[in-house]
Amino acid sequence: MKSVMKELLGYKKELVLIVLTVIGTTMCTLGLPSLLTRLIDEAIPEKNLPLVFEVGGIMLLLVVVGILCGIATSRISSTVSMGVGKNLRSKVFTKVQHFSQTEIDRFSTSSLITRTNNDITQVQVFLNQCLRIAVQAPIMCICGIILAISSSPKLSSVLIISIPIMAIVLVMIGKVAVPLSTKIQLKIDRINLVMREKLTGVRVIRAFGTTEFESKRFEAINRDYQKTNKKMQRTTNSVLPILTLILSFTAAMVMLMAANQVANKGMDYTIGEVMAIIQYIMQIMMAVIMLTLVFIMLPRAATAAKRAEEVLNTEPVIKNKEVTKDNSDKKGYLTFKNVSFTYDGADVPAIKNLSFEAKPGETTAIIGGTGMGKSTIVNLIPRLYDVTEGQILVDGIDVRDYDTKVLRQKIGFVPQKAVLFSGTIDSNIAFGDANADEDRIEEAVKIAQSYDFVMKKEEGFDSPISQGGTNVSGGQRQRLAIARAIVRKPEIYVFDDSFSALDFKTDKLLRQALSKETDNATVVIVAQRISTIMEADRIIVVENGEVAGIGTHSELLNNCDVYKEIVNSQMSKEDMQR
Amino acid sequence: MSKKHKSSGKGVYKRLFSYFKPYKGRLIFAILFVLLSTVCYSLAPLFMGNATNSLAIIFTGGNGGEAVKSFIMFLALMGCAYLMNAVLSYIATWLIVGVTENTIFDLRKSIDAKLSRLPLNYYDTNSYGDILSRVTNDVDTVSSSLQQSIYQVLNAIFTIVIIMSIMFSISGILTVIGLAVVPVALYIASKIAGKSQKEFNKQQEKTGNLNGYVEEYYSGHNVVTVFGKEEDVIDEFEQTNDELFEASQKGQFLAGTLTPIMQNMTNLGYALVSIAGAFMAIAGGLSIGMIQSFTQYLRQFSQPLTQVMQITNIIQATGSAAARIFEFLDEEEEVKDTENPQFPSTLKGAVDFDHIKFGYLPHQTLIHDLYITIGAGEKTAIVGPTGAGKTTLVNLIMRFYDVKGGSIKIDGIDIRDMERSRLREIFGMVLQDTWLYNGTIRENIRYGKLDATDEEVEAAAKKARADAFIKTLPGGYDFVLQEGASNIAQGQRQLITIARAMLNNPPILILDEATSSVDTRTEVLIQEAMAAMMKGKTSFVIAHRLSTIKDSDNILYMQDGDILEVGNHETLMAKNGLYAKLYNSQFADSNE
Repeated sequence: MKSVMKELLGYKKELVLIVLTVIGTTMCTLGLPSLLTRLIDEAIPEKNLPLVFEVGGIMLLLVVVGILCGIATSRISSTVSMGVGKNLRSKVFTKVQHFSQTEIDRFSTSSLITRTNNDITQVQVFLNQCLRIAVQAPIMCICGIILAISSSPKLSSVLIISIPIMAIVLVMIGKVAVPLSTKIQLKIDRINLVMREKLTGVRVIRAFGTTEFESKRFEAINRDYQKTNKKMQRTTNSVLPILTLILSFTAAMVMLMAANQVANKGMDYTIGEVMAIIQYIMQIMMAVIMLTLVFIMLPRAATAAKRAEEVLNTEPVIKNKEVTKDNSDKKGYLTFKNVSFTYDGADVPAIKNLSFEAKPGETTAIIGGTGMGKSTIVNLIPRLYDVTEGQILVDGIDVRDYDTKVLRQKIGFVPQKAVLFSGTIDSNIAFGDANADEDRIEEAVKIAQSYDFVMKKEEGFDSPISQGGTNVSGGQRQRLAIARAIVRKPEIYVFDDSFSALDFKTDKLLRQALSKETDNATVVIVAQRISTIMEADRIIVVENGEVAGIGTHSELLNNCDVYKEIVNSQMSKEDMQR
Repeated sequence: MSKKHKSSGKGVYKRLFSYFKPYKGRLIFAILFVLLSTVCYSLAPLFMGNATNSLAIIFTGGNGGEAVKSFIMFLALMGCAYLMNAVLSYIATWLIVGVTENTIFDLRKSIDAKLSRLPLNYYDTNSYGDILSRVTNDVDTVSSSLQQSIYQVLNAIFTIVIIMSIMFSISGILTVIGLAVVPVALYIASKIAGKSQKEFNKQQEKTGNLNGYVEEYYSGHNVVTVFGKEEDVIDEFEQTNDELFEASQKGQFLAGTLTPIMQNMTNLGYALVSIAGAFMAIAGGLSIGMIQSFTQYLRQFSQPLTQVMQITNIIQATGSAAARIFEFLDEEEEVKDTENPQFPSTLKGAVDFDHIKFGYLPHQTLIHDLYITIGAGEKTAIVGPTGAGKTTLVNLIMRFYDVKGGSIKIDGIDIRDMERSRLREIFGMVLQDTWLYNGTIRENIRYGKLDATDEEVEAAAKKARADAFIKTLPGGYDFVLQEGASNIAQGQRQLITIARAMLNNPPILILDEATSSVDTRTEVLIQEAMAAMMKGKTSFVIAHRLSTIKDSDNILYMQDGDILEVGNHETLMAKNGLYAKLYNSQFADSNE
């Protein structure tokens, strides 16, 4: 809750105002009975009509002030609780935007989404419900204690017994409820997980006819969640009846004590005093109950806040150095020097000792088996991860010495998973370069072999793209992602298996059109298909993170067995000879 | 479809309550217990008042023994009343928890059942986020408000009724004066509640926008990073965040004024009663004690009233959440299986596309007139440029979608005359996207045949060449896959899905670009295994690597939804048409 407290302290003025208006409301409510007493004790016996009007007038005034104070409290506390939620959300989102891939991997994307969306909402709801109570209860408590002790310290001593009893009961219930609450959170996560799986796997489920198996799987967790939830509800529901019971027995105790002291010890109380003390004690205990409500809701909110805080307290491993270099006169040079890379927590390196040098106009291809580290290599170039050993130079400068902004400006990256964002085709291409004019965007789309299908759409470049780009086909998505990179006019093009969803013809046309763009740039292509990469200036064959060979197609055919094997698997003999 | 309009109003609540039906008995008992506990609770102050009277006598020292006796008796009665109240109300909530939790369980179950009856079209045209939010968030909203409100509503209503009757018994006129403000208060409150509801709806909408935005940009985080767009993305986020703040702050503010207004309205009644009471007392006709106890009850009146007001808010939110759930439950379902399903007596696996016509949207036709007969045991390859309708063909054979014209027959029987479940049993498929669920690898492979033994599972994995990598994982076959199987590589995921299909071992196979993510050397091994599996079976292969399909019996060249060329590799190459062009383009680079 530390970060929440910090955010709250940003609203000092508002918090003071809440305290003042709550005191106002409390005073107005407490004032009415004493005014009534004045009516009863003075006005009625004296049959004093003007006094009735005077006191009645004050009462009405108090009601108006009470309403105003109440409205003001609501106004300020809603601003504070929603404001804290807003600021927290904004901070978490900003933080995540600056995360490197390492942190994203550590948390997992879906967990980060829940942390930003659900967890912060959870905190906000808690604040909204509890802020006022948290202010009001202590004020009530303090007022009550002062009033009770000032009228009779002896009778007030009941509190010394009943408050600890209350505390013990609450702690005992809390001991059961808090772990249950954590369990419930886990189980609802599981329900959501299975639901998600059922949505994404609908084709597989139907194809295998496992509908029944799936509904049993769901029913099991649904049942499990229901049981835990029942237990939790039934535990927390016991709080109120038990507390009410303690309250009423305390009142009875006060009366018994008073009767005993008057009858046996010759003390002297008036009935008014006893009644007053009971009222005050009730008020104190009500305040405690209200605070308990806060504490019942607190664990859930605290867990949520903690999850958000974990994000806030994580520092990205990739940051700009204090002094950055970016004054190179070279353009389009990429050098790997003895690069090794090990993933966070992995035992074996994903890349071992990779070295090569690429100049403008050259194409470097990376080929190799699945999970052999091809994507890892290209992810190192824009510093999605940092090398563990060795160094990567862009235009002669270590990538870690750049301002990441400047470095990434030089790179046109097409990721393996072609992600588009909701908006239009135009806005997605312009994502690559906000300053690109219409002509440039059209040019990029043409190079990416997308012009025809874009123009076929009713709204052309203004056609809407839905979240994740699900309303265009996989191949179209990939080509738009390529256009997005082209529009940047980068010095280094990186294609991470970006032609896989394209048919051979489109693949080839695209590469032909692209070659005119890349005269002054260097191109790095990760691919599975030999045909995509065979005319590259340099082919790097990766096997288990190690380089099995570097060279041109014909060189590798002669000296690299792994490469030969790959080629054999894709082409028949006659094809190779052609 | 008639129910598809925004179901609102009483219909929703009626329908929600229909879910309580199986638990009617328990609910009636719960209501009874609430009533009894409220009675106990309202009687207790009466006993306390009597105890106070006796205490007053003790204090003044008159009639010692009698007073002490009645004092202790009333005190004990009060204790009993409170004790009874506590026990009864706990039993009531215990019952209510059971009822609501069962209801929510049923609701979730019916949603789950609905999922299996929806046509594929629904999944393809609605975003997962939206469906998911209905089946999770909306159900959560309904569930938590049911838990909160049922007991409170009952309790509040009973309290209001009982207190009102006690007040009337003290003084009719004062009750009228004291409660005159209540309609006014209710009117104001309902106005405010209406306004705040508007803001809450807006808040709901903005929350949806914001959540969507977060989901989208977190999923595409690497793209944002490599394009250096962090600041722009944050700026846009701030805008939506501000809008959300605006709406939620207003909504909360308005809703938050309800309590002080209701409370002070009853305070107003209190003040008015005090003044009127003072007049009446001065005129003679009302005792001071009466004024005092009357005002006490009047104060107690405000709490349940405020509660009821707040609950109307909750009920509104429940209503709109329930409406969204019911809207989902009312979505049009898959066409039912025919009354008299047929099935080929001996399954050979001949597939006949008889002049089919199809389009995903009503006004758009993708496949105009497709016809081809595929003999049992033949291997058919489907090739063509992206978006040519290859995947659509699979959708139709599996009856994920129904044709708009013509028919598809398996061994002479129209697939629409078969039961879907039996039809799909005929097929084994490996799809482009490798769906695996959160469970062990063993469980995931067994998915192909739920009653398979461990040996069968491992044998299938070996055949799919997945055994080797599985054994290197910690726990081997018991290695637990995370959501989306994100803890293994894409190619490994593919191998597992292949193993799953192999275990299933059905008569007709559909391989949809199945091997595009497996590295080429592994692919060779898989191809061999596949070839063995395909032997004697009808199979459909959609692949980009033409070298793998040259031995097919039929090759369909598709473009824009129609089959433009049919034949085997040799005849098509001889024809020197589109297929030949595509095949040659594959290696054109090396010619230059």
